[in-house]
Amino acid sequence: MSKEIMKKGRFGQYGGQYIPETLMNEIKKLEEAYAYYQKDEAFCKELDTLLKEYAGRPSLLYYAEKMTEDLGGAKIYIKREDLNHTGSHKINNVLGQVLLAKKMGKTRVIAETGAGQHGVATATAAALLGLECEIFMGKLDTQRQALNVYRMELLGAKVHPVTSGTMTLKDAVNEAMREWTNRVDDTLYVLGSVMGPHPFPTIVRDFQSVISKEAREQILEKEGKLPDAVVACVGGGSNAMGMFYNFIGDENVRLIGCEAAGHGINTDQHAATIAKGSLGVFHGMKSLFCQNEEGQISEVYSISAGLDYPGIGPEHAYLHETGRARYVSITDEEAVSAFEYIARTEGIICAIESAHAVAHVMKLAPTMSKDEIIIICLSGRGDKDVAAIARYRGVDLHE
Amino acid sequence: MSRIDKAFENKKAFIAFLTAGDPNLEKTEEYVLKMVEAGADLIEIGIPFSDPIAEGIVIQEANIRALRAKTTVEKVFEKVKSIRRKTDVPLVFLTYLNPVFHYGYDAFLAKCKECGVDGIIIPDMPYEEKGEILDIAGKYDVDLISMIAPTSEERIGMIASKAKGFVYVVSSMGVTGVRSEIKTDLESIVDVIKKNTDTPAAIGFGISTPEQASHFSQFADGVIVGSAIVKIIAKNGENAGEELYNYVKSMKDAIV
Repeated sequence: MSKEIMKKGRFGQYGGQYIPETLMNEIKKLEEAYAYYQKDEAFCKELDTLLKEYAGRPSLLYYAEKMTEDLGGAKIYIKREDLNHTGSHKINNVLGQVLLAKKMGKTRVIAETGAGQHGVATATAAALLGLECEIFMGKLDTQRQALNVYRMELLGAKVHPVTSGTMTLKDAVNEAMREWTNRVDDTLYVLGSVMGPHPFPTIVRDFQSVISKEAREQILEKEGKLPDAVVACVGGGSNAMGMFYNFIGDENVRLIGCEAAGHGINTDQHAATIAKGSLGVFHGMKSLFCQNEEGQISEVYSISAGLDYPGIGPEHAYLHETGRARYVSITDEEAVSAFEYIARTEGIICAIESAHAVAHVMKLAPTMSKDEIIIICLSGRGDKDVAAIARYRGVDLHE
Repeated sequence: MSRIDKAFENKKAFIAFLTAGDPNLEKTEEYVLKMVEAGADLIEIGIPFSDPIAEGIVIQEANIRALRAKTTVEKVFEKVKSIRRKTDVPLVFLTYLNPVFHYGYDAFLAKCKECGVDGIIIPDMPYEEKGEILDIAGKYDVDLISMIAPTSEERIGMIASKAKGFVYVVSSMGVTGVRSEIKTDLESIVDVIKKNTDTPAAIGFGISTPEQASHFSQFADGVIVGSAIVKIIAKNGENAGEELYNYVKSMKDAIV
């Protein structure tokens, strides 16, 4: 086991570089460029300035007093990634990757998107830094999130609706990978989550780890101690990895990921990879996937387009295997109730993805004592979801 | 000498690809035998996968048709066993890694040997990752076939020197699919391969016309055609035999 951990690009047995030969040299170039620029003072300074001056970091660590009182247990803090420019944690990663692309001499970036948050963030960073941008989005998702499609177009990106397969996030990744094999010389694939072939899971984690770096300092300043638990939603797992990373060494901090149980993990309509998935190799990585007994990747389902993915990043699979992090499943109904709850209680309309984490905290906080602390990563804002929630509740909206 | 070696012995090989189970496995057997009769020297059989990331739209759709026809790995093995009883043509699987991983590397390769499969091409398993399967493939005398791409550059020597069966030279950037023009300097790539190995080199991706086949066979040891064949099957469904025969014959005849 320890020998495996030492292997490049692996988290235990998970990770690796399972991609076509056409991409191998390019992925190695990315690996080298990242190794160089992550230590380059000018690059780090430029990124830091973008995060502060453009994205609005540091994000607030907000004490949710009403929620704390109402739930009657642990003290609840909310890491407000929803307040970042473009409305989610996705901006942390894309500013890093698009800046890296520019340093590598690339003139074009491509990306996949599910809910559209990563697509919007990538289009934003590309507009700011002057790169061409093309986004691949499942056709079904372009319909569920039509507003985000228009947003990306306003930002100058070209959006390709993907009509293959299940027409959702997994197919958008397939198509973005195909496009990358078609054109690597001037193009970087800006992957949106802690998944795909090495070095993406590491790059995305590093750029997202600013979340826990700040949160750790902020909670120490406010409370003089570390939290007892941090909770985040998990699709591919980028906001959760960002939220967990700087707490991994703090053994007394419980790390909890919330995956989408859709209509329930005992139905065939969920996206709960840790609860129901199995080991496999897909999208460039060895990890856990929802798949059938033949190794065919399953169609997954969640009310949240951002969690509607049949796999999970390799480092999460590893944290699960070692028991360092724990993963729970949250149904659509629980998430929608939490979405409504935090709106009423704290006046925050959060992303339906993030509502999965809120839902778990609603169960967890009352079981903990008043001197214990929970931090929720509120990964994004929920404007994009309002229409879908209304539909879910049977409310007919006319815009 | 292996069946794959024989396919390249003193001649240029025409390699034909189809997706197993498209439109059904009975037809797969018929079409394989038809293409062999027309002169195909090696048959590449694709195991259908839900998410074939290296394939263009033509072969993607063949994968979907095959999966809808309830094609499973086990059924493909049974069919290949039946084909093997009727022909000595070398048979090579093209499969994404996940179905093999799920079947179990040892069990899958043992079954390959039992059914008479001579080689295996895994487009999502590059040189760096093949360690987890290489020894097992060797144990069952199944050649793990390596791919070389237009972007491989300094990797060509490393890959070619360890190549088994034949080297699959990817003609173009991107995914599989018919192309009217192939711009890569394939002659130089084949030159580097030849300096590093005696294993034959066959060119695939984008080839569909006898003119292209004739041109590439002047410096490569073989030509691989997939999408053009799958298109004929897509168009004719269960009645593709005659057109496949004529097409494969025209391609084989064009190879010098």
